[in-house]
Amino acid sequence: MPTNTLNGRSFAVDEEGFLTDRDQWSEELATELAALIGIELDEEHLAPLRFMREDSARTGVTPTLRRMQTVGGFDIKALFGLYPGKPAKKMAWLAGLRKPVGCV
Amino acid sequence: MNRLLILGAGTAGTMAANHLAKALDHDWSITVVDRDVDHHYQPGYLFVPFWMDPDRVVKDRRDFLPGRATFRQEAVRLVHPGRRQVELESGDLLDYDWLVIASGAVPRPDLVPGMADGSLWREAVHEFYTHEGATALRAALARFDSGRLLVHVSEMPIKCPVAPLEFAFLAEDHYRRRRIRHQVDITYVTPLDGAFTKPVASAELGGLLEDRSIRLAADFAVERIDDERRRLVAYDGRELPFDLLVTVPPHTGQQFVVDSGLGDDAGFVPVDKHTLRSREHERIFVLGDASDIPTSKAGSVAHFATELFVDNFLAAVEGRPLPNSFDGHANCFVESGRGQALLLDFNYDTQPLKGAFPVPIAGPMRLLTPSRANHLGKLAFEQLYWKVLLPGHRLPVTAHLSMAGKKPAEEH
Repeated sequence: MPTNTLNGRSFAVDEEGFLTDRDQWSEELATELAALIGIELDEEHLAPLRFMREDSARTGVTPTLRRMQTVGGFDIKALFGLYPGKPAKKMAWLAGLRKPVGCV
Repeated sequence: MNRLLILGAGTAGTMAANHLAKALDHDWSITVVDRDVDHHYQPGYLFVPFWMDPDRVVKDRRDFLPGRATFRQEAVRLVHPGRRQVELESGDLLDYDWLVIASGAVPRPDLVPGMADGSLWREAVHEFYTHEGATALRAALARFDSGRLLVHVSEMPIKCPVAPLEFAFLAEDHYRRRRIRHQVDITYVTPLDGAFTKPVASAELGGLLEDRSIRLAADFAVERIDDERRRLVAYDGRELPFDLLVTVPPHTGQQFVVDSGLGDDAGFVPVDKHTLRSREHERIFVLGDASDIPTSKAGSVAHFATELFVDNFLAAVEGRPLPNSFDGHANCFVESGRGQALLLDFNYDTQPLKGAFPVPIAGPMRLLTPSRANHLGKLAFEQLYWKVLLPGHRLPVTAHLSMAGKKPAEEH
């Protein structure tokens, strides 16, 4: 597995740059990663990421957008506003979780 | 007398009943509950829109259950784990000592605005995840000879996640054979970041869509269907016009699972992914699509998991530690059109493997590469399903993923 280094922090990632070890994540790292995709992480941005971390710690999988809505109480449209284009993928990446996948 | 109660007589429930009928002494009673008597060979739904006779995929459930099991035809209203009872629609109560929930996953077109409640439902908006839907789509495909066809996945998880991709390949082939392929514009629409989401699959198969001139709309999170303007609308504002939309609706577990407080937000029962035992109730096991295990909702998974479940169940009953650990093994034939198919083999931790799948007698089948043999394998599976799998005879393949003859993806 490759390792990425950003501003002195090292973390293991998969082929596509998603963190493979959830314990190497921190809000500081997320903030630095977000800057790379032009997002300034404020409390509003962090709330869904924190939910995803807590939820996936219980379930073992990255929550779907529907679950973000039904369990987390987030509005899907608002998530698209916070993370334009590909919120599911961007949020998984910033939360240090695996991206949502199918079977192939 | 020990009482085993199985909810659902589909793939997983029927297999479990047959395996346990052989394994349990005669001081056990086995009762199986299902709301109807029709067992559907669900992999056949993919072929019904193209050529398979819709009647061929349905048989009487009762013919596949073991002789010693009692079949009760009624819908389930609630499970009461505290008092080990299942309440049926009529209000009748069934006592159990051990419960197996095998009630599957349900397509829910009512969850996308404009889908089931829209004016185009079963007219220009179709699905092939039910017998009724696949049959209606067959007529629609025969009529449809020009325009924009969208093959769409609403959200994950769905049953047999490759089926929509297979449908796109088969539709492409269908119109090519009718010599009107140039009149039909096909787009595959997915909420994921591509048709192939795992690096090894996208490297091996990424060119398939392009080769067949099938467009891709990725990262498409559907918000609603605009029936009036015939458009599929995403949360990010993208709109895809269509003349025929073939969608896979969102899936949830059964209502009784939710009503009983046994399910997660989507109605799937949280279980230990290695033992299939409910995390909350030690007398409940969950087999097949009804659980929340993080792998494909597919018959092959139900099959491998059920085989390993039997020993775990017997151990649980005797209070011993559970001996078997399920690794999420799945293998699936994926129709790629033109008389060929791919074979996928993977588990919780392994990406789809390359190489060959060792099958005694039939010979090795190539993994992750389209071949005629794989297509014939997929067709032959229908008979294996009814005659070998459901009755609980062992297939000559292992429940755990084996690496023999296969090549893992190279680490970068």
